[in-house]
Amino acid sequence: MSETTHDIRLKVNGTDHDVAVPARRLLSDALRHDLGLTGTHVGCEHGVCGACTVLVDGQPMRSCLMFAVSAAGHDITTVEGLARPDGELGPVQQAFRECHGLQCGFCTPGFLTTITAGIAENPDPTEDEARDMIAGNLCRCTGYQNIVKAVCRAAELARPAQDSRSEVVQ
Amino acid sequence: MKPAPFDYVRPGSLEEALQALAGHPEAKVLAGGQSLVPLLSMRLAAPALLVDINDLPGLDHVRADADGVRIGALARHAAVLADPDVARVQPLVPLALADVAHATIRNRGTTVGSLVHADAAAEMPMVLRLLEGSIDVAGPGGRRTIPAAELYVGPLESSLHHDEIAVEAFFPALPAGSGVAFEEIARRHGDYAMCGVAAVVAVEGDRVVSARAGYLSVSDIPVVVDLTEALDGSVQPAALAAAADAALAQLDPETDIHATADYRAHLARVLTARVVTAAHDHAREEQR
Repeated sequence: MSETTHDIRLKVNGTDHDVAVPARRLLSDALRHDLGLTGTHVGCEHGVCGACTVLVDGQPMRSCLMFAVSAAGHDITTVEGLARPDGELGPVQQAFRECHGLQCGFCTPGFLTTITAGIAENPDPTEDEARDMIAGNLCRCTGYQNIVKAVCRAAELARPAQDSRSEVVQ
Repeated sequence: MKPAPFDYVRPGSLEEALQALAGHPEAKVLAGGQSLVPLLSMRLAAPALLVDINDLPGLDHVRADADGVRIGALARHAAVLADPDVARVQPLVPLALADVAHATIRNRGTTVGSLVHADAAAEMPMVLRLLEGSIDVAGPGGRRTIPAAELYVGPLESSLHHDEIAVEAFFPALPAGSGVAFEEIARRHGDYAMCGVAAVVAVEGDRVVSARAGYLSVSDIPVVVDLTEALDGSVQPAALAAAADAALAQLDPETDIHATADYRAHLARVLTARVVTAAHDHAREEQR
């Protein structure tokens, strides 16, 4: 039995993609399987771990808790869209590198997207605010200390370059 | 961990959405989906049709006036939480919303969706019940208002009919001379609470003239207990202990993987004393 598909246009990292997907296709699976954007990771697949977090119209949301058909018409930013236009690391990516904010890297895409939106909203977070910002993302390697440092460092890196950050976040 | 197949429509008007639901007893309404999608992925639910209401116009409002707070079906938790007028008119709403999952979930999840999902472990159903709010639903026969006291009938079960859509929630304003407080205990902030309690306390001077508390995660539906008589006007330790006894007499904590029944009862006791005290303090501040 072949399943009914829906023809939708997904706008991801500024590029339109026309795809035909069944209604039950999770946005996380559409990104990975239909578009080949495997930077978005799927951990728990029920909204707990945060690895699949992407930006929807600039707001962090769980891509495993949205259907691709519901995401049509929205601007999606994945971890692939966080680099600077010249291909250099974006501020949050750079901060993770400098602060050793990752070990195995599985959870990292979700942290990078969450923090990108977080420092856009709060450009000068305290350490407590940094912890609150990442409270919905699980990391099993780092113990979070260096991720918290990376949040503060990312904010520092992003501040002098307001213009380039707004390009990154769209 | 993939949902079973379903049909999907994303109507552009409330009339079309109601028509789509009318012929399908197996249909479910999709708003934020932050509770529904995990249920589908785990195949605990397998509706034949999803009616995605995210394109319906005029349902994302958050309005606060002297009567209370009105929240449209497409208002996200984050928008309600950020609204300063909501906090002014009914401060218990943002106090509880801050403990609804994590910020990322609140960006997508809707307050009205959470209310009709009717999870006894969720914050907002208990708050609606405690504040004696209501839900407006649209159906084939028009619009009707369901008082919170008649909304929750069982675990994850509300009194909405299958062909109705919840369009607006109403939380009454906090009356003068009253205070509120909310506290919950979870393994980690943002997780489902093992126990949560909110209180509304009215005072005259120092004396408590009415006190009610709402409980989440300690029974299979949100429970509200009137503590006025047990407190007998006071928030001294003996009165608080009597209030906790009165509350526990009406609660039925259960053991699950997160907590034993005894531990839940202990949390309910401790949190009752804390929130009644805090709501009493809040009411006295409001008097000044």
